[in-house]
Amino acid sequence: MWKWLHPYAKTENAYQLCVTLQPWLWVSALLCLAVGTVWGLAFAPQDYQQGDSFRIIYIHVPSAMLSMGTYVAMAIAALVGMVWQWRTAYMSMIAMAPVGAVMTFVALFTGAAWGKPMWGAWWVWDARLTSELILLFLYIGVIALYGAFEDKQQAGKAAGVMALVGVVNIPIIHYSVEWWNTLHQGATISKFDQPSIAPEMLWPLLVSLLGFAFFIGAVTTIRLRSEIVRREMHRPWVQKLAQATSENS
Amino acid sequence: MNPLLLGIFKRDMQIAFQQKAELVQPLMFLLMVVTLFPLGVSPSPETLQRIGPGVIWIAAILSSLLGMERLFRDDFIDGSLEQYTLSGMSLPAVATVKVLAHWLVSFVPLLILSPLLAMFLNLSMDMFIALMLTLLIGTPLLSLIGAIAVGLTVGLARGGLLLALLLIPVFIPLLIFATSAVDSAALQLPYHPQLAIIGAMLLLAAAAAPFAIAYSLKVSQN
Amino acid sequence: MQFDSFSAFLEMGGYAFYVWLSFGVTFGVMILLVVLSYRQHKGLLKSVLKEQQRQVRIKEAREKSHASSAR
Repeated sequence: MWKWLHPYAKTENAYQLCVTLQPWLWVSALLCLAVGTVWGLAFAPQDYQQGDSFRIIYIHVPSAMLSMGTYVAMAIAALVGMVWQWRTAYMSMIAMAPVGAVMTFVALFTGAAWGKPMWGAWWVWDARLTSELILLFLYIGVIALYGAFEDKQQAGKAAGVMALVGVVNIPIIHYSVEWWNTLHQGATISKFDQPSIAPEMLWPLLVSLLGFAFFIGAVTTIRLRSEIVRREMHRPWVQKLAQATSENS
Repeated sequence: MNPLLLGIFKRDMQIAFQQKAELVQPLMFLLMVVTLFPLGVSPSPETLQRIGPGVIWIAAILSSLLGMERLFRDDFIDGSLEQYTLSGMSLPAVATVKVLAHWLVSFVPLLILSPLLAMFLNLSMDMFIALMLTLLIGTPLLSLIGAIAVGLTVGLARGGLLLALLLIPVFIPLLIFATSAVDSAALQLPYHPQLAIIGAMLLLAAAAAPFAIAYSLKVSQN
Repeated sequence: MQFDSFSAFLEMGGYAFYVWLSFGVTFGVMILLVVLSYRQHKGLLKSVLKEQQRQVRIKEAREKSHASSAR
């Protein structure tokens, strides 16, 4: 079933895939982010309890969901790298890591900015906030571990192990609101239930979510390209690429 | 300033900027240690406010010990330290310049991070201002006194933990006065006496430490 | 449109500071990430090119010294 994925174990094919996908990802990202943001800020109704501060949800929820999603994707990439020994898997993992870290930071920051007017505190040590903070630490740990090794083959394996160890945190964040009584509200979107949010608010949220997801994809492709160039510097196809790029610019 | 000393300062700053990862690690350690207290002790805002000043100062001292070794380590390894000692340059002046570079690179980021730490531990605005002042006056003290011990242990293979054992007792007075200042601020009492004492310690260190550092470097390099 | 006027939109029902801080920092940080990532990529390609040119120069210098010593 996964045979179509096999060519991308080769760095050159992975690079070309990134080049092909990039413009589509950027267009989709900008479109969805623009539509989602404008809809959420100007056209969606305000919350009867929280007024207009509620509009922060259109960046807080997507970034929080995707901070966890990116970490899981990183862990899957690490697993693929370990089991099938694909270097492109490890390279994708490290390409995604800073993007996921940025999403985690955005989730924490917007959460604090939303929490201050609503619940009177920038920060409380409740289960969900704390585990999201720990997620940020985990991202930074993976990035730092990768950077500490000169030999990037080794670096990928080490960082991969760390990423897999940390993936245990994800279910804890997700279920923390159910397991412990916390200040944070419960899940807005769930596979199994009707969403607890009005449809006029749900649609811009989903569009924003898509926009952030495309954004993560777009930035990951450029970062993956960088990582491939860095690791494969001495290959003839990279040499040709560098020349072609300088001729075009 | 003597162009040689300026050159040493610039070199240290340039090397530091190339080693950004190494500089970020003690800060992350600081952040994580501070995070442990609400989780391990109690997340209640009142408790955190009570222990906050002490936690931040203790975490600052511990994380500074982690970063202290890089003051002389690289120069020792590549032989520049020996060159500085054997050259006709005033070794106390070299020490001062290196400590200044180290403080800028290691402790100024800590000062920048301190609002975040204060928020995590629920410190009031008065307490935060007092904390910033104690950090501003107290961290150069950490660098100056720390450098004396780093100079003594620079040649040792596993000097890291030994450095901590040497320095923690010496830092205790600073810890006491700094946390006392912030606690006074919490009670809306004046805290300039504590700041004055820390300031006096700093002046004494600024005057005497460079000579002590130079002497300890000579001792450890034999 | 949920707001009566543009200034009402900016006001965000009194929550202007928090809403615009959130959106501002979010998009600022995202833009920073993009700029840094593209710069990194360009820099890498440039350094590959520089290394190539250096190798060419080394080769030429070697051939020159060969040619002059062969005479």
